[in-house]
Amino acid sequence: MSGIDPRGPRFTASVTAVLLAVTLLLPDPAATALIAVQGVFFAMGVVLGVQNTPTGLVFRSLVRPRLSPPAALEDPAPPRFAQAVGLAFALVALVCYLTGAVLAAQVAVGLALVAALLNAVFGLCLGCELYLVGLRAAGRA
Amino acid sequence: MTGLLVLSLAALAAVGFGLYRRHVDGRFVAHADAAPTAWDHVAAASTGAVPGDRATLVQFSSAFCAPCRTARVVLADVADQEDGVHHVEIDAEKHLDLVRALDVRRTPTTLVLDAAGHEVLRAAGAPQKQQVLAALAHAEGGSR
Repeated sequence: MSGIDPRGPRFTASVTAVLLAVTLLLPDPAATALIAVQGVFFAMGVVLGVQNTPTGLVFRSLVRPRLSPPAALEDPAPPRFAQAVGLAFALVALVCYLTGAVLAAQVAVGLALVAALLNAVFGLCLGCELYLVGLRAAGRA
Repeated sequence: MTGLLVLSLAALAAVGFGLYRRHVDGRFVAHADAAPTAWDHVAAASTGAVPGDRATLVQFSSAFCAPCRTARVVLADVADQEDGVHHVEIDAEKHLDLVRALDVRRTPTTLVLDAAGHEVLRAAGAPQKQQVLAALAHAEGGSR
């Protein structure tokens, strides 16, 4: 079964976590611009696949050649789904920043940051786990 | 500055949850069922699955689940190596009624069923081989 190097999505998550953390520390106009950029990255991950985002390409061309071969390959579908969850949070944050609801925007960025940190530090995909929780809840309604 | 506060809370939450998950992932805990047995539920939902003579490892998986792959490799390896132990993998998305009946909340979740089909132990998160072997020993010790 073909797959991707699992360290690729973790590298992307690390960059995402830094961008989201910086977003929280910047003044509102700059934060708005940065969350928009992050939103575009998330959207690229969803549409093009996680291997073809800017961070995915940096990982493949600059980082992976310096690492030992991966112990196992991973299915690209879970991280791609997680990018969609990230995109949803980025869009909520963007709309809140644009409408002046700064605290709500920062909470949305903070939640996305929790997910990005969990992925970067622990290799845990929170968005993926929400998938089954969502299915269970949706099916019951 | 609220941004710094949100940032700190997010970092704390991530580290706390990550450490908690690292602690509980793959750890088997006692989980008793009544009638109908867990296997009765599985048999009713998933046609063609065959229980093991000694024990059955029932794994719930979903599409967007990287650790499910790890769990599959470990459980299939144990089932290969141990006589009378079968590994049954169930797609949680296709069997949501079963997921609710057995109260599965995460994928991967692994149930250890004894020879009679009763659930004895379960673990959420991918278990390591040693954890599965210890769980099997415990399941057999408890049911005889």
